[in-house]
Amino acid sequence: MKVSLFITCLSDIFTANVGKDTVEVLERFGCEVDFPDTQTCCGQPAYNSGYLKNTKETMKHMMKVFRHSEYVVGPSGSCVAMLRGYADVFKDDPEWAEESKQFAAKCYELSQFLVDVLKITDVGSTFTGRVTYHPSCHMTRILGVKEAPLQLLGNVKGIDLIGLPQAEDCCGFGGTFAVKQSTISGEMVQEKADHVVETEAEYLVGGDMACLMNIGGRLSREGRNVKVVHLAEILNHR
Amino acid sequence: MGIRIGNPSFDKRVHEGIENEFMIESVSSAQGRFRSRKAAASEELGNWEDWRALGEEIRTHTLENIDFYLQQLSDNVVKRGGHVFFAETAEEANAYVQNVVKKKNAKKIVKSKSMVTEEIGLNKAIEEAGAEVVETDLGEWILQLDGDVPSHIVTPALHLNRDQIKETFMEKRGYDKSNTPEELGLFARQELRKDFLSADIGITGCNFAVAESGAVTFVTNEGNARLATALPDTQITVMGLERIVPTWEELDVLVSLLTRAAVGQKLTSYITSITGTRLAGEIDGPEEFHLVIVDNGRSKILGTEFQSALHCIRCAACINVCPVYRHIGGHAYGSIYPGPIGAVLTPLLDGYENHKELPYASTLCAACTEACPVKIPLHEHLIRHREIIVENGMAPTAEKAAMNGFVKWSTHPAAYKMSAKFARTALKPWTKDETITNGPGPLKNWTEQRDFPAPGRQTFRSWFKEREKGGGSK
Repeated sequence: MKVSLFITCLSDIFTANVGKDTVEVLERFGCEVDFPDTQTCCGQPAYNSGYLKNTKETMKHMMKVFRHSEYVVGPSGSCVAMLRGYADVFKDDPEWAEESKQFAAKCYELSQFLVDVLKITDVGSTFTGRVTYHPSCHMTRILGVKEAPLQLLGNVKGIDLIGLPQAEDCCGFGGTFAVKQSTISGEMVQEKADHVVETEAEYLVGGDMACLMNIGGRLSREGRNVKVVHLAEILNHR
Repeated sequence: MGIRIGNPSFDKRVHEGIENEFMIESVSSAQGRFRSRKAAASEELGNWEDWRALGEEIRTHTLENIDFYLQQLSDNVVKRGGHVFFAETAEEANAYVQNVVKKKNAKKIVKSKSMVTEEIGLNKAIEEAGAEVVETDLGEWILQLDGDVPSHIVTPALHLNRDQIKETFMEKRGYDKSNTPEELGLFARQELRKDFLSADIGITGCNFAVAESGAVTFVTNEGNARLATALPDTQITVMGLERIVPTWEELDVLVSLLTRAAVGQKLTSYITSITGTRLAGEIDGPEEFHLVIVDNGRSKILGTEFQSALHCIRCAACINVCPVYRHIGGHAYGSIYPGPIGAVLTPLLDGYENHKELPYASTLCAACTEACPVKIPLHEHLIRHREIIVENGMAPTAEKAAMNGFVKWSTHPAAYKMSAKFARTALKPWTKDETITNGPGPLKNWTEQRDFPAPGRQTFRSWFKEREKGGGSK
């Protein structure tokens, strides 16, 4: 099966290892992974800030980049939800309606692709430690992926998976919200960090780097000894 | 009063909210209770998602045919001996009520809970007409004694704890008992009973009017709407023009959704429907009944991309799950309609000028959209508001420049690659141990609250390129 990796700008620039792990997990299950080199960002920062008209250019660029891909798989629920959202943005555009619809249908978040397309719930990885999982808002509510990451994590050997209190609450990232409304965002991420600490987990895992950067940043600021890891890192840990 | 409340500065209101520890504690624990009760009540129904879909369908149909149903409602109210007044503005609605107050020579008016009368500032108008107005919903009464404003659309005094309520009762009414809800509640009942018995007019809001019969329905837990309509001879009901259902059958569905979504109850203690005046041969009902149907900006929303905002049944489920609301409280929104629905509705009813921050008071986490019993896409409406703010040139210049830059960057792969490659070097002066604790420019707002990671030593794309050439390693 041919898969094009959608790395997301955050993972490209900040956490290349998440991309490497994603590639290796996909290859382990027989996917042939390519990386269209002209890909950039899904456009979410501008779209969510209300710059719809301009963002359409970014969206068109991304659709062209992946035009010939069979599947587009990325390690982020939020960014993939944005790619899928193109279909709604262009639904009344005669030139792009059809392409955006086809594009949306082939975009998958990593855990969603493993469980729904490859039908794999046990990736055969081993990870020893106390782990708690933050289900990011766009992954669960916009993309609708709730069970897949938990199914995959539940089958990791050696993992001690602890429930996160009020897990469904937003961490306060919200894209530009974290900067525009930084005080409110700070209160929200504090509450999330407190819940993480409460679990006494050694690792916080999630499927969205942006949320992890936010929560991890607060944990780090407080000198908490909780390591922040992306889902792909655990799934590729042997 | 009216729709706008508190300090004109959004930032000031937010800080007042965040710093008010008592209030945040009250709000947070109330949210916890509401959420678990709603979860239990919706689970009990078994097929909550089907109910939501039905609720959405009913509201969509009703709003698409609102002119027909308003006419039908109006005809039926008149048939039952009532008067109907369509008020285009808050002023018109207030003037009509003032007129009734004067004609009846009313001295005292009891009122049950109503958000639309808060919106139009009816109490002030009644006082100007020379009558005393007493709020009879417990929460509203506390606020009235305290000179305070609602912070929640279902439980308006949510921001106060029982000690604060006890203080208010002591100070304003000479209360001398404990802070237990039972004793506080009993005291309020005793005090309010005197007002019910001596009132000349009862004013109510309206949860739903039933078009096919001309009935108005009140959903309460205190029974105060029933007393306010049963005792005084004259009844005035004020409703937003969208608070209407076609028939009793739809009322059944929407009340089931409302009480479960709002307070996690199968039904509230009192659900009262009243149809017109006491006609010949009937044993009860008011001598005079006035229905004031308020537009106040609502009809302008009809036919726009925001029409579904009028589907709202005022259950506050979106408010009860909103993490932003939890941390700033209702007053920070500067509107009597707080939380996600308030952030959507307030700029529509009162313009962007005084509420331009509200669409940004959300992380777009969509918890509101998921909670809404009639499936209003609240977070999407917030993005639409942002688009309008941008299109009308109301967005900050710096943001506009940044977003234009972003779009150029994300459509020019060469520029993107270059910046990705040099990001680490560019941030080096601020980086220590792979962490930035005091970032430059817009990063400063981020690092005020949390650390920022240094960009990686290698971008993913350069690793992938090397790997393809056979040189890459894990």
